[in-house]
Amino acid sequence: MIDATAPLLSMRAINKAFGGIPALSEASLEVGQAEVHALIGQNGAGKSTMIKILTGYVARDSGEIAFDGSAFEARSPQDAQAKGISTIYQEINLVPYRSVTENICLGRESRRFGLLDWSAMHAEARALLSRFQVDIDVRRPLMRFSTATQQMVTIARAIGFKARLVIMDEPTSSLDEREVKVLFDVIRQLKTSGVSVIFVSHKLDELYAVCDRVTIMRDGRTVRVADMKDVNKVELVASMLGRDIAQVAKSATAFGGRASHIGDVVLEATRLNAGHKVHDVSFSVRKGEIVGFAGLLGSGRTETVRLVFGADPLRSGGFAIDGKAFAPREPIDAIARGVGFASEDRKLEGIIPDMSVAENLTLALLPQLTRAGVVDATKQRAVVENFIRSLGIKCASPDQPIRELSGGNQQKVLLARWLAMSPALLLLDEPTRGIDVGAKAEIQRIIKQLAEDGLGVLMISSELEEVIEGSDRVFVLREGRNVAELSHDQASEAAVMSAMAHGETEAALGERAP
Amino acid sequence: MRKSSLISFLSSQGVLIALAALILFGWLRYDHFLGLFNISTVLRYNSMFALVALGMCFVIMTGGIDLSVGATAALGSVVSALLSPYGIIAGTLGGVGAGLIIGLLNALIIVRLRILPFITTLATMLAANGGALLLAQDQSVSVSYESGFTDIGQGDIANLPVPALIAGAVYIVGSVVLNFTGAGRTVLAIGGNEDASRLMGLPVDRVKFLTYVVSGCLSGMAGVILASQFGAGQPIEGVGWELFAIASVVVGGTLLTGGLGSVGSTLAGVMLLGLIFNILNFENGRGFISLSAYWQSVIRGAFLLIVVILQSRLTDRADREEAT
Amino acid sequence: MTQLDLAPASPARKRDWRPRIARHATLAALIALVAFNFAFTNHFASLQTLYVNLTQVATIVIVGVGMTLVIATGGIDLSVGSLMAISGALAPIIFLGKIAPIGEIHLAVGVAMIVAVLVAGAFGWFNGWLITRFRIQPIIATLVLFIAGRGIAQVSTNGNLQPFKVPAFQWIGLGRWLGAPVQVVIMLVLVVAAMWALKSSLFGRQILAIGGNERAARLSGVPVASVKRWVYCISGLCSGIAGLVVIAINSSSDANLVGMGMELDAIAAVAVGGTLLSGGRATIWGTLLGALIIQLVRYTLLANGVPDDVAKLVKAGLIVAAVWLQGRGRT
Repeated sequence: MIDATAPLLSMRAINKAFGGIPALSEASLEVGQAEVHALIGQNGAGKSTMIKILTGYVARDSGEIAFDGSAFEARSPQDAQAKGISTIYQEINLVPYRSVTENICLGRESRRFGLLDWSAMHAEARALLSRFQVDIDVRRPLMRFSTATQQMVTIARAIGFKARLVIMDEPTSSLDEREVKVLFDVIRQLKTSGVSVIFVSHKLDELYAVCDRVTIMRDGRTVRVADMKDVNKVELVASMLGRDIAQVAKSATAFGGRASHIGDVVLEATRLNAGHKVHDVSFSVRKGEIVGFAGLLGSGRTETVRLVFGADPLRSGGFAIDGKAFAPREPIDAIARGVGFASEDRKLEGIIPDMSVAENLTLALLPQLTRAGVVDATKQRAVVENFIRSLGIKCASPDQPIRELSGGNQQKVLLARWLAMSPALLLLDEPTRGIDVGAKAEIQRIIKQLAEDGLGVLMISSELEEVIEGSDRVFVLREGRNVAELSHDQASEAAVMSAMAHGETEAALGERAP
Repeated sequence: MRKSSLISFLSSQGVLIALAALILFGWLRYDHFLGLFNISTVLRYNSMFALVALGMCFVIMTGGIDLSVGATAALGSVVSALLSPYGIIAGTLGGVGAGLIIGLLNALIIVRLRILPFITTLATMLAANGGALLLAQDQSVSVSYESGFTDIGQGDIANLPVPALIAGAVYIVGSVVLNFTGAGRTVLAIGGNEDASRLMGLPVDRVKFLTYVVSGCLSGMAGVILASQFGAGQPIEGVGWELFAIASVVVGGTLLTGGLGSVGSTLAGVMLLGLIFNILNFENGRGFISLSAYWQSVIRGAFLLIVVILQSRLTDRADREEAT
Repeated sequence: MTQLDLAPASPARKRDWRPRIARHATLAALIALVAFNFAFTNHFASLQTLYVNLTQVATIVIVGVGMTLVIATGGIDLSVGSLMAISGALAPIIFLGKIAPIGEIHLAVGVAMIVAVLVAGAFGWFNGWLITRFRIQPIIATLVLFIAGRGIAQVSTNGNLQPFKVPAFQWIGLGRWLGAPVQVVIMLVLVVAAMWALKSSLFGRQILAIGGNERAARLSGVPVASVKRWVYCISGLCSGIAGLVVIAINSSSDANLVGMGMELDAIAAVAVGGTLLSGGRATIWGTLLGALIIQLVRYTLLANGVPDDVAKLVKAGLIVAAVWLQGRGRT
């Protein structure tokens, strides 16, 4: 007889230290039967480590884990999966070249006479997906389908493996509104069929839509466990930050109170078209202005900005910088005209991990520090120390490998890379992503100062408050098109979200309402 | 969509089309090109390379590489020649066994010690080479003719050369394994995304281990055929075989990065590159031009170049078309 | 955003001692080898022995310098042996007057050497062009010349040996400059120049940036395509020089044999020396040490009566051990 009130998962007094530095101290997590449980906390709070321990990536130092009534130990993700715990990761961790069927069934194949029974597997894949109203040709390679569909395939795989507990790590980061609704329906279905879900997310609003309880972690400890209906958003944030509720409720970003001195147009972009992601987009940026690009993931913001930088080829349309025509074919052309670009993915496109802070900082500036092919080490040093000071970059020394720095400090180095070039226009893609709240505020302050100093800034951000509070003007993109241009006053949360969702501003919608 | 279907069709069938074109060219231009003797000779000679290429194909599909195949074949030829006086079975087992040992070495170092396949197989190539020279005492090892060992390399069954039959059988098994077994699909999954495959719970280490062992065994078998076909185990033969194999696999359309490929197209690649040598001989035979055998490397290299450039243009265009 | 690090966790304790030892391991191993030989090998402590070893190593290191730079950008060059064959085939054709007789032998030799090396460099540039223009993987792109290059050399000489006795040319392989063998001097010059370039020149830093993170480098304005082409060209030039040295030593040029197996020797030296095969970190000094270690091990074995074939086995084991010890060849 299973005790219906006993929790499905119980992690107690978990301790884990990496190289002497504690990542978890007496942390705990308890998930009930058929429950959707939110796990939240800042970067570095310990959520990832808890999950890695649960799924067998790392071993805990001490503590007990009980799953489904008995002691639980996972030696590897494979082992955890076999024991009933599946994980849906933020990136699609499936094999893109392989068919949907294989991605669902591999590891659990149907066989006939010792050989794979393809028709049985295709049928099973179709059946699993139909539970989520997904009807696709399961024989085609996974990569032919949208991220949302791929995520459904991941969940179908988990169900196929008879998961009792599904861990979802930031599952909605690549989904649009409609797809998020479908996902939540799926989660509710899982719950009805007795499967519990651990939902890790930093989008607090979503938690209220689908979660029953929440565990908040901070500094490696579990600081609060509650029913979702008993806490509000501000309390959640306060617990995550360990700060006073009143403080948190006041202002979400450090952009407040900016003195805008807006000058002439520095960048004019006209009717840009490229690939599948950018259709007929036009916008402008002025000196001293912060222009925000809002939109859901997949709306084409990054693709548009990369066009400005010459990182991707343009099919049609044009640019003008300071009124003069500008057609960059490579980033080097854009840099020569005074444009800088900080990519959204620091690890992939930003830092050179084995190189030092100094090297990374001066990477774009290097040709200017060179005479007769030789780099002037003294000048380089001076530039580096200047920026370390002015931006408050915390590092052991300028020669420290950049990968050892925290996300926030890495981002400062990357910003410095461009500031050292004295640019006229700065393109920032998610400048505060993956950075803890304290460093976030610092970076926002830096950006604010840059605009006040006369730089033109184009900022892409998925955090609504950032876009709304920080921008003088907001351009909203949806499915590769520019659907709205809002001034700072017009850009309310409702207006921006409405534009992102419906493709028009609420005001325009209102006019057309019957 | 139609345009990119055409492109993907071309890139996957391109090698077959080129092979057909080459055969057509040979048939039209040379007498006896499609005669039994020539076909038999070409098949017999290229069977060794076909076996090596198959092993390489599986390794490459997992995203790895095996540079030791040529030296392993040489080692296999020496061992099988040394054991040939004891009969066909002894000779064959000896050669394949030698390959198995090298394959195991590769597998252990790559999977257990986690050293890059490139460096590992470079080292085992050296080791196999040294081992072959050592066992053969720096010279060719004659094969025993009394035991019937040479029947493997020089014999026919129903007018078809035995080596070709062996290679054909192996390829059929290989194709079935790739398409109809979990291990085969896992090979492709690993090459497509190794980390994801691990997270999906697939037995990545075990399958990788197997591919290197199999590659070693196939190379050993190729050595057996080499020894029995030419009457001697040759410790320094096999130089360049690995690159011929890689070229065949790539020409056949398998991605060097892994994750996509087929057994049949590898065979087509082997035939294509092998035919070039054959056609060169015919062309010389006609007497109008006299191209030395040295031209074959140049032509093969040029062929590889054209194929690779075409492939890159096709995948570029396909990528751009598919970009959502 | 929680990003689960996908690398399987390796036990922390094991990582601790390896990099520390690895950093000095190459030099330590070399010193140990030398010490062993001083103690146990007859006639080791002689200038003759030193010259013999340095000479054998010189060509590998000359090629190795170019290879190190190529590997530093995250690429590889399999064509070095074939390019050696090409330059080794071309030079005698020129200075022996087979194309057009040049009266003054020193002029002929000079022209021959320059043209041969430049042609090898041009082929190297071709490699770079294939890689950057068509985005072909370096291993495949250089495979083309590996296969075809030697063929080109063989075709141009019809596979025939070109023997010669031209002291003005052979000085590069047999002569001495300030007491040291010329090729050793060339080797040292190249090593010092490359070390300096990697450390202090714009080009060198750009090479390392590309190998460290090519996308980031491009987005920071590094002219990736141009740097890569030059790096492969330099590798070709180094191969060209090495080819000249080899034929000079042998007093003949055999297109079938010149440079055979050189790519493996060069890559082994680079790997044992500590340069990451994935790029981003390079040590020219390490390549020199790596080549010396490999050579010295072989010499130690041979001098103490171990057959060459066994020496090959040991060399193989050495490469694996060295890479494993450094923990850098690991996936």
